[in-house]
Amino acid sequence: MAGKAWRSALSQVVGALKNETPQSRTFIRGIQTVTLIPGDGIGPEISNAVMKIFEAAKAPIRWEERNVTAIRGPGGKWMIPPDAKESMDKNKIGLKGPLKTPIAAGHPSMNLLLRKTFDLYANVRPCVSIEGYQTPYTDVNLVTIRENTEGEYSGIEHVIVDGVVQSIKLITEQASKRIAEYAFEYARNNQRASVTAVHKANIMRMSDGLFLRKCREAAEKYKDVKFTEMYLDTVCLNMVQDPTQFDVLVMPNLYGDILSDLCAGLIGGLGVTPSGNIGANGVAIFESVHGTAPDIAGKDLANPTALLLSAVMMLRHMGLRGHAKKIESACFDTIRDRKVLTKDLGGNSKCSEFTEAICQRMKDMD
Amino acid sequence: MCFSTLLWGEGYDTTLFATIWTKPVLLNIKLTLVLLLSSVHLQQQGENIPPPAKYGGRHTVTLIPGDGIGPELLNHVREVFRFTCVPVDFEMVNVNSALETDDDMNNAITAIRRNGVALKGNIETKHTLPASVKSRNNVLRTSLDLYANVMHCQSLPGVQTRHKNIDIMIIRENTEGEYSSLEHESVSGVVESLKIITRNNSIRIADYAFKLARERGRRRVTAVHKANIMKLGDGLFLQCCREVASGYPDITFDSMIVDNTTMQLVSKPQQFDVMVMPNLYGNVVSNVCAGLVGGPGLVPGANYGRDYAVFETATRNTGKSIAEKNIANPTAMLLASCLMLDHLNLNDYASLIQNAVLTTMNETRLHTADLGGQGTTSEVVQSVMRVIQSKGQFTAEL
Repeated sequence: MAGKAWRSALSQVVGALKNETPQSRTFIRGIQTVTLIPGDGIGPEISNAVMKIFEAAKAPIRWEERNVTAIRGPGGKWMIPPDAKESMDKNKIGLKGPLKTPIAAGHPSMNLLLRKTFDLYANVRPCVSIEGYQTPYTDVNLVTIRENTEGEYSGIEHVIVDGVVQSIKLITEQASKRIAEYAFEYARNNQRASVTAVHKANIMRMSDGLFLRKCREAAEKYKDVKFTEMYLDTVCLNMVQDPTQFDVLVMPNLYGDILSDLCAGLIGGLGVTPSGNIGANGVAIFESVHGTAPDIAGKDLANPTALLLSAVMMLRHMGLRGHAKKIESACFDTIRDRKVLTKDLGGNSKCSEFTEAICQRMKDMD
Repeated sequence: MCFSTLLWGEGYDTTLFATIWTKPVLLNIKLTLVLLLSSVHLQQQGENIPPPAKYGGRHTVTLIPGDGIGPELLNHVREVFRFTCVPVDFEMVNVNSALETDDDMNNAITAIRRNGVALKGNIETKHTLPASVKSRNNVLRTSLDLYANVMHCQSLPGVQTRHKNIDIMIIRENTEGEYSSLEHESVSGVVESLKIITRNNSIRIADYAFKLARERGRRRVTAVHKANIMKLGDGLFLQCCREVASGYPDITFDSMIVDNTTMQLVSKPQQFDVMVMPNLYGNVVSNVCAGLVGGPGLVPGANYGRDYAVFETATRNTGKSIAEKNIANPTAMLLASCLMLDHLNLNDYASLIQNAVLTTMNETRLHTADLGGQGTTSEVVQSVMRVIQSKGQFTAEL
């Protein structure tokens, strides 16, 4: 009896040591809970699709659904509902659908609120060409990592005199250091060969110069990853001619916004692009970046690919690479087959049919 | 001397005319012509800029070789001009980018003020130098108030690209915005960079864009902005564009956010006609469009101000890695020199050289390395000159 207990304890330890990443060690036993924010418009239907696919894949994930409509907290400040915050703080990992920002609602955009609440400093968007969804660009395989908290989007603007407006772009040493180190860490963990810093230090000498210095310092600590720097305009020029020369790109806020959307355009648009936001204290929220599409909401016409690929990204972040690979292959195979596709991908199937096709494929894989 | 301040000073004013006649100063014909033309120009504020000074039927143009591939490409331009007997003389002004002092730049700016027109290569900015040393190209643009950067991106029939039938005119505000070079470190480790948007400059560039659209028979102008985030700054720019648009009911006006614009450009660039935008977005969009039509070696760019015009390649690359290897593509610089000839009203020479260049570009075997071929710069230039000669023009020896 004692011998059996000792053997099972030993196998647990061996199993722990065999695991690939440090994060996965916490999740070997049992199910991981993830906060799910369905969102508005087509959000609920695509979230349901993702939950169904995860169930079919037998992924060890338990979903905790929460709503994030802005409410006024004490002191008049807008904040997200406390139960949502509590859930995220406990689970650390979240999956979010599209949220609508009503104009003139009085409160800032929900995405901005979430970003501020959890200090989501890095926006990561892997852009990989999807076989079966033809664009003029094939073989795209790059990742854009964008600093998400400061830079040109600090929101500090003044009217100096009537007709003259100044907008302040803020670059701090701390934020630049954090994003640079995250970029190299990501490159190392995902076996990427090089990191390129994108900047405009010839014009914005001090601000982008500071960002560049921090990237160089981080490069010193990660000698196994190649580091290059390139001007923003050169990156744009080369990206549309030959995107295969880029691997991981790290940059401040505005350039990141433009470049990440440019890269999304290369692979087919926001409807098929995954995205993840990494925050301080181990918090990570993965999301689909397209809009709420109110015109097709509730009609079972939505394409769940973006949210699904973001969920796959989430699985990889959590260390569940096996399940991630399974779901991703099923999704890509279904799209490559071109038999069951939603309208935006060029077919005329329903969302539920597309979901069913992916689930069936995974069952066949087992 | 009063008259030197009149020539080099920033603002011409109406007392200028009175001063010529009251001061008993001996002026030669050329200078009187310049001053008279300038005062006439004042009365036609906002009309076409009159051609710069011309003496004996020949124009003088300032030439700034710059760094990297600039010097060799500009030499080829001179070669083609000499061959075609174009009545333009070049005044060469060198700018050494390694020096920290501004004397070189001041000489260049003075020369451009004197001649009114310039053709330049890109001057490298070493960003290891301290922040007080501004980008030389930027200093040139702001000192001469070259407020409009115009770039015409057209698909060339002989060049293979992923997208076909692109025909976009990009008008970019060239003096303010993010390129104001106003930065400071308020606290150690925190740097602020100011982006300035003014009503005057925004109205000016929007006006320029709509006028150009009307002149060229274009139907639609799109303003590119990020006013959802930078509500005051880009909001002001957008408002100015809308105001100007109301005065041109024959031209459709719409606006698009910059990240959506780049996404649309890589999927469906044929939807765009004329685009107007502030400085930084202009940088991004013009580079994306240059990449879409075949690369930096193909597209010429022009910088127009009220009184001066400077022509260069659209994407302003120094091309250090391909300098002096005879593999650079001379198309962009040659087409820029054609734009310059059009500006000087030497339209016949402009179309002659332009047609020769485009004919040469259609031949795949002459394509240089940036277009995926094996051709050299000198082969392309020789071919251009042969085409010019074949048109029966009076030329020098090949």
